[in-house]
Amino acid sequence: MLSVKGLNTEYKTQKGPAVQAARNVAFEAPKGVFFTLLGPSGCGKTTTLRSIAGLERPTSGEIEANGRVVYSSAQGVFVPPNKRNFGMVFQSYAIWPHMTVFANAAFPLEVRKNRLNKSQIAEKVMKVLHAVGLDHLAERDATRLSGGQQQRLALARALVMEPEILLLDEPLSNLDAKLREKMRFELKRIQRELGLTTIYVTHDQGEALALSHEIAVMSEGRIVQIGSPRTIYERPANRFVADFIGTTNFIDGTVLGHDDATKLYRVRTPIGDLLVTSDAPLAGGAPVTLSIRPEDVELTEDAAPEDRLINLSSGMVDAKVFLGDIVDFQVKVGDVMLLSRAHPSLRTPVGDKINIRMDPLKCVALPAEPAVAAQAAA
Amino acid sequence: MAMEAAATRNPTGDRPESAYDARAPLLGVVVAAIAWLALAPLGFLIWQSFMTPRVGSRPARFTLGNFVEAYASPDTLPLLINSLEFAAGASVLALVVGALLAWIHERTNTPFKSMIYALSVVPLVIPGILFVVAWIMLASPKIGLFNLAFQRTFDTDATLVDIYSLGGMIFVDGLHYSPIAFLLMTAAFRAMDPSLEEAAMMSGASTTGVARRVTFGLAWPAVAASFLILFIRAIESFETPALLGLPVGIEVFTSAIYDAIHRYPSNIGLAAAYALLLLALTGGGIWWQSRIASRGGRYATVGGKGFRPRVMDIGGWRWATGGFFVVYALLVVGLPFLVLLWSSLQKFYSVPSWAALKNITPKAYATVLAYPNVATAAWNSALLAIEGATIVMLLTAVACWIIHRTKIPGRWLLDGVASAPLVIPGLVMGLAIMVSYLSLGGGVYGTIWIMLIAYVTRFLPYGMRYNTTSMIQLHPELEESAAMSGASWAQSFRRIVLPLLKPGLVAGWIYIVIVSVRELSSSILLYSPGTEVISVVIWELWQNGQYVELSALGVMLIAALFVFVMAAQALSRRFGVREP
Ligand SMILES: Nc1ncnc2c1ncn2[C@@H]1O[C@H](COP(=O)(O)OP(=O)(O)OP(=O)(O)O)[C@@H](O)[C@H]1O
Ligand SMILES: [Mg+2]
Repeated sequence: MLSVKGLNTEYKTQKGPAVQAARNVAFEAPKGVFFTLLGPSGCGKTTTLRSIAGLERPTSGEIEANGRVVYSSAQGVFVPPNKRNFGMVFQSYAIWPHMTVFANAAFPLEVRKNRLNKSQIAEKVMKVLHAVGLDHLAERDATRLSGGQQQRLALARALVMEPEILLLDEPLSNLDAKLREKMRFELKRIQRELGLTTIYVTHDQGEALALSHEIAVMSEGRIVQIGSPRTIYERPANRFVADFIGTTNFIDGTVLGHDDATKLYRVRTPIGDLLVTSDAPLAGGAPVTLSIRPEDVELTEDAAPEDRLINLSSGMVDAKVFLGDIVDFQVKVGDVMLLSRAHPSLRTPVGDKINIRMDPLKCVALPAEPAVAAQAAA
Repeated sequence: MAMEAAATRNPTGDRPESAYDARAPLLGVVVAAIAWLALAPLGFLIWQSFMTPRVGSRPARFTLGNFVEAYASPDTLPLLINSLEFAAGASVLALVVGALLAWIHERTNTPFKSMIYALSVVPLVIPGILFVVAWIMLASPKIGLFNLAFQRTFDTDATLVDIYSLGGMIFVDGLHYSPIAFLLMTAAFRAMDPSLEEAAMMSGASTTGVARRVTFGLAWPAVAASFLILFIRAIESFETPALLGLPVGIEVFTSAIYDAIHRYPSNIGLAAAYALLLLALTGGGIWWQSRIASRGGRYATVGGKGFRPRVMDIGGWRWATGGFFVVYALLVVGLPFLVLLWSSLQKFYSVPSWAALKNITPKAYATVLAYPNVATAAWNSALLAIEGATIVMLLTAVACWIIHRTKIPGRWLLDGVASAPLVIPGLVMGLAIMVSYLSLGGGVYGTIWIMLIAYVTRFLPYGMRYNTTSMIQLHPELEESAAMSGASWAQSFRRIVLPLLKPGLVAGWIYIVIVSVRELSSSILLYSPGTEVISVVIWELWQNGQYVELSALGVMLIAALFVFVMAAQALSRRFGVREP
């Protein structure tokens, strides 16, 4: 288990104020969980990960791993990185070019206090090299590996020490698309088999959704939402998260009132009055932004049956893009352009009228402003 | 621009097909010049080593005697041992000091470490002969300040340090060239991806474990290559062995060559035979160094993303490293300059004391400025430096263009030929050029032209290095688009290639000007009355025992070079100069 509380890390710069790279970061990753820090470039993911590793010295906060405090500004504790027993895979892999594959993987065991004997080391190393599929290359120079093999060696080196926590900084970003997909599964398999608490850093939302048990979305040094991939995708807490993860339609509106029977809100929008869902209570008359995923904007040619619990509207097909397994439709409703992801069997030509259905549970009301500051405590 | 180019092109009727023909004469001249400069002296040197001395009207004859005398003599073995001991000692000292400074600068939070870089340039600017003379004034047994202070304090006759010894030679030479080691090792530290060290730390290795197993393991090719560079440089060193070794009979190859030429009758054949062995040593060193460098290339693994300079908090140790740096600064810049300044303000050379302080006078400055040959020498030095640097940079710009942009067969040979003078020690170069133009006649020997030829030849490799770096970064499409706009080859070379090479050209030019002014070991064999340069005048003043005048000239030279470097830095900033 890893728990991070109130973590602040800043970089001193020669001129100008210090860069606040991690601000009040707090989360808890239970044992065996694959936890991902996700966010755009420069949002402070690497900084947070390096602070956990001990490679960066935070200005305040507390970090606890399996009940052991490794950093605490209040208690004045700072365990140096080499005493933390956290495995780490660097973005550049950091494979030592002056050693063989075997020597790279054996290094963590060789520098230990209570050293194992040679045959025990060899046994452990070969086991982990086997797990990542590099056992046949053990005696090769580490520089003569392909990108994917280097990545696996970096992982083997982090695993061989049987770390308490595994830290991964964009380990797949240097691989080509095919290999990335394959390594994604490998990573997931190994993590599950070993039951390792894993902190994973990425800016690729697809990777995050595919791999994680839990995701923390970061922006400008802060965590703006924590949740399961499904929650993050279906119930984004604010406009930033909705926008960053996947594609979505934003529609501005005003709250009309609450419907107690269905626990839904009525919102007036340019495309008509809609029933929407919201996690936070909304006051009547408050401005909101609705987020509706394109796959939740259902299109039909025939008039839909009246249903009090479905939002109905209609528009005109403005453009469409055939993508093979799906077709993206741009539908013009009044002045609003809606993106819809439909099955290829729908062949309505451009210019024709089309009916729209939206499930109220998939129409998420968000605070009107991208209120990052208000969400900082999340 | 296309219009303009087209307009200038049409009247001459210069069609694209003829572009090759138009530039052929220029390329031919450049190739011929470089080949002649770099190869002819070596040919003559080898030829001379098989010849008897020409005495009076008796012509030189073929002989193997020079080699017999040079290599069969029992004096040669000690000579070789001295040379190797001196070079190994000086380069190890320079490397240890330089690597320590580089580590302090790149990896620790030592106070005022940012000054190390600025300071490291100073010894590279100060001519070697001045540095050696300053250290004689500091540490000679008779007049050295250290010894006098020691004798006065403890009231003894014993000497504390004797600079006239192998140890003294190693100390002075190693100290003077430690900045080169510092720059080489700094580059090595910077090329190292810090996450390689961090990964070791995450694996549980201690700080010393990381340094020993990863940092040093990664740095060793750079350490070995730097050592060889320093070793070759030390074995070529002339000033230190000549001033500190010869008076007490410690000879190395360079001083032996000088001795062979300056004895009567001078034995140039013997000097040439020694020179060939010296060449074999430096050539082997360079070959070995380039092998290590090419093998070590794969070690320089800079991760593109997430590169973070890693600075360790070394706690209380930083006062120790800071102290080390202060002592270093004193030894390499502070004390040598102060002792020169002090002695320049005296009437006769005397040790600092209250009595001597009363006698302070700037008279020596007036005296030395009044010497007619000082003005001539200053003029010659400036002229040679500026002309030499300009010629080298232009010649090598064209040469690099030929190597990297044409498909002319054998163009790689040109690179090898133009870089060959790198292995030729200055004294050997002086000797080879002297022999060449004495044999050829034509009146070049004894004029300023022979010095210019020597300077251009010696510094060709530096020009190649600076120009190659910028040429590689210059995308061929930039020139091709100029051609598509209708520019002729000459136009695109002048208006596209040269301006884009400018930062490299300026940086190389500045560097060559500085090393030209310091140059002594070639000039000492080639000057004649009227063509002295500043370093030769300093040498003569030393031989005449005019220490006070020498100091005054030295202080003025250092001041002038300092102003030049400052101006050059301002200039470089304007041109956006990068270090290669
Ligand atoms: N050594 C440093 N000195 C000063 N500022 C830094 C330093 N390293 C990072 N920063 C700044 O801190 C902020 C967070 O950087 P960080 O590397 O954590 O981002 P990241 O989320 O990992 O981004 P990426 O996805 O691009 O890797 C950025 O604004 C960056 O410019
Ligand atoms: Mg990062």
